[in-house]
Amino acid sequence: MRYAETGVNLEIDLSRGGIEKEGTDPGLTELYLGGLGTNARILWDRVPPETKPFDPDNLLIFSAGILAGTPAPGANRTIVSTFSPQTLLMAYSIMGGFWAPELKFAGYDKVIIRGKSPKLVYLWINNDKIEIRDASHLQGKGSLETAELIKQELKEPKAQVAAIGLAGENRVYFASIEQGRSSASRGGIGAVMGDKGLKAIAVRGTKDVNVAQPAEFMELCNEVLKYIKDRADNPIKGVPPILAGLGSPQEMSLHDEEWHTASFAWGHARHRRKDFWNKKIEKQWKAIQDKSVERLISCYNCPMKCGGIIRHPKLERYMMKCYSKLTYTMAAMSDLAFGFKIAGLAQEYGVDGYTTPQVMAFALELYEAGILTDKDLPGLPAKTEDRFFYLLEKIVRREGIGDTLADGVYWAARKIGKGAEAYDHNTIKKHEQIPIKLGTLNPIYYLMWSTGEKINITQIEGQIPQAPFPTREEREEFVKDWVQVPKEEIKDFILQWGEPGTGFPNYPTTEAACDLVEWQETMHYIDDATGICAGLSSFPIKPPYHIHNLPRLISFATGMDIDEAKLWQIARRNRTLIRAINARKGMRRIDEKPPEDHWRKRFPEMEAKLLDDYYKFKGWNNEGIPTKETLDELGLNYVSQDLEQRGVYQEKKAKVAKMDSKKEKSQGKKE
Amino acid sequence: MKKVKVIKIDVDKCNGCRACEAICSAFHSTPKYSSTNPERSRIRVLFDPLKDVYVPVLAGDYTEAECNGRDLYTIDGKVYDECSFCRASCPSRKLFKDPDSDLPLKCDMCEEEPPLPEPLCVQWCLSDALTYEEREEEGEEEEKKPGEMEIGLESLVKKHGAKKVKDALARISKG
Repeated sequence: MRYAETGVNLEIDLSRGGIEKEGTDPGLTELYLGGLGTNARILWDRVPPETKPFDPDNLLIFSAGILAGTPAPGANRTIVSTFSPQTLLMAYSIMGGFWAPELKFAGYDKVIIRGKSPKLVYLWINNDKIEIRDASHLQGKGSLETAELIKQELKEPKAQVAAIGLAGENRVYFASIEQGRSSASRGGIGAVMGDKGLKAIAVRGTKDVNVAQPAEFMELCNEVLKYIKDRADNPIKGVPPILAGLGSPQEMSLHDEEWHTASFAWGHARHRRKDFWNKKIEKQWKAIQDKSVERLISCYNCPMKCGGIIRHPKLERYMMKCYSKLTYTMAAMSDLAFGFKIAGLAQEYGVDGYTTPQVMAFALELYEAGILTDKDLPGLPAKTEDRFFYLLEKIVRREGIGDTLADGVYWAARKIGKGAEAYDHNTIKKHEQIPIKLGTLNPIYYLMWSTGEKINITQIEGQIPQAPFPTREEREEFVKDWVQVPKEEIKDFILQWGEPGTGFPNYPTTEAACDLVEWQETMHYIDDATGICAGLSSFPIKPPYHIHNLPRLISFATGMDIDEAKLWQIARRNRTLIRAINARKGMRRIDEKPPEDHWRKRFPEMEAKLLDDYYKFKGWNNEGIPTKETLDELGLNYVSQDLEQRGVYQEKKAKVAKMDSKKEKSQGKKE
Repeated sequence: MKKVKVIKIDVDKCNGCRACEAICSAFHSTPKYSSTNPERSRIRVLFDPLKDVYVPVLAGDYTEAECNGRDLYTIDGKVYDECSFCRASCPSRKLFKDPDSDLPLKCDMCEEEPPLPEPLCVQWCLSDALTYEEREEEGEEEEKKPGEMEIGLESLVKKHGAKKVKDALARISKG
């Protein structure tokens, strides 16, 4: 018997209408655990780097985390992986909700989609019965509307549905896959789903998910729940309210938005408004929020209430979570009422709540600058808010200028030309980033913004306070019960931070920065394999899940014998494999650059050295490609062999040799 | 005096996480906690987020008859499904039946020795949508309740008649 996982993947070929159930190799579970890890292995094996995101041979993989469906609180994530039309790299967006546990209860770990359907279809997974069904009547329908219609037509109110909206059908590069309040929205995976002609996947399951050592497993689950309860009564002291609790930032219940409104940039990631937040705004926004949020809601088996049911007089009820409350508001320099209205509409169209407002603010900047004109934007309304609605409609339909903007800021800027490239100031790896513009370079964040491949900074960072505690006593108090750290040295970072001479960019040391980044990132890679929500694990300060209890939890669930070192090694293997996939796709050091204006004060030499040292620390070469030794040590020999055969390691040497010979020639001429 | 165990349900506090379903099904699996399957749970959250309807319902008795009519409740402007508040395992819906055997499921308040301080669905509901209380009521202490197998057999007897069940049992035990 297989524990925690089902041991079966569904293989769907949309070109031929093929449906197969494939037993999986338990050996792969031992190496990559599950979720993102095994997704990466499948993408490496089956999608060669020449395959383009919209080729039929690109795979779209929906995977449940290995612990999804077990009683582990918060283990409910669906990890969707494919190749992104926007970054041209591996995209691995993740969503919470109820879909992944339902897939496990239906008897599957993953749904692997290949090919393209000639007409719009949806997939219906009902335990052992799988059908590819016509979806022509769902064409153009909203994501939530689609889910409702499918549940009605199947007469299965308990089915869980992941669907795309109009934006996905139209292959908007930042189209999302939506499931209730949860969306897998980064990297344009909704566009890949639309390209495959797949409108939705509905799933219903009534089978068991087993764990290997039930009593021990439950004891740990109960400890986790008890800790969550304790933390609700004892928020972290000395940090802003938004960082003091567990879960995703509790945006649906918190009213204090000083942290986001003052620290993040408004408009097209342009303006800091440090004085924006005041008592009057707080009162206004609280009234709007109290009227809009009808109920706080959760994902499967999780006590955190990160989501809200939103009621708006002009819209159907919808669900929201986290920072999407403010992304549109801040991009349009508007207020919360606008945010609640446009976010509901955008979610129905199925677009990413981070990227979309940035693209629209970018377009309006180009208009102000005269690069886009009335000819490009016929009938553009006068008010900024109305312009956002106008642009949203154009983008999701790929209508007029919307067709260009639908490719995201990076590609749109290059297509528009006329100096538009200069306005592309907040992308990394061709992808829009969270609008943050700060003062002095922070070495830890420099490394994370540069090298994160999940594109969102929130998917690499976590656990560390954002500012030093003012007094020694507070620092000591903070580290006293900081059991989550992988090693004691990490505590020194907090203990010393705030002493004279510990300002950025010289603090912390490169060595400490590498350790801190490695820890933060590793915990995310573990979550992405287990399917435990980052909000209970890698993201908040002092989470209930950490490197010291996760190995036992995973062992008790799966029956494998995994200790801390082994789990760390699995995470490192998964992380390195993804880096290798992207290196094989052509990602190099030159792509690992935070926007120039991300910090006002930059230190080019120091930054270069930081990256050098971090690459070395990770076992990557100077181009950020995992070395043969690193890959072989992780058992990824098949990867190193492939990279060698493709000449990936020779590139730099070849370039250098070419330059040298040029130099020699020119020197020869001089002589 | 007899002791009455009460699970109080506050639908306004339910966050729809279904932890109650997960833990209930795990507790009632054999060996205990070895498997999870909400379909085997004796508590279900009937929910429809887009109508803001969240109703945790605990499985009550099995009934072999369908209701003659249906009721629709409107509370605070929200319309609740006709069977939203009903605890019965009955022929008109799939709820509260074991997915493999189709046998009815019934909440036993997590009875075990030594007794738990509270049923597990209550313990795992950190939102306090489910809370527990015991109170004394006039009347005789109940006789020992029939076990799970007896409840199952009884419903089989009701459905197929005692003779058929007896024959089937004899056949199975021979095999």
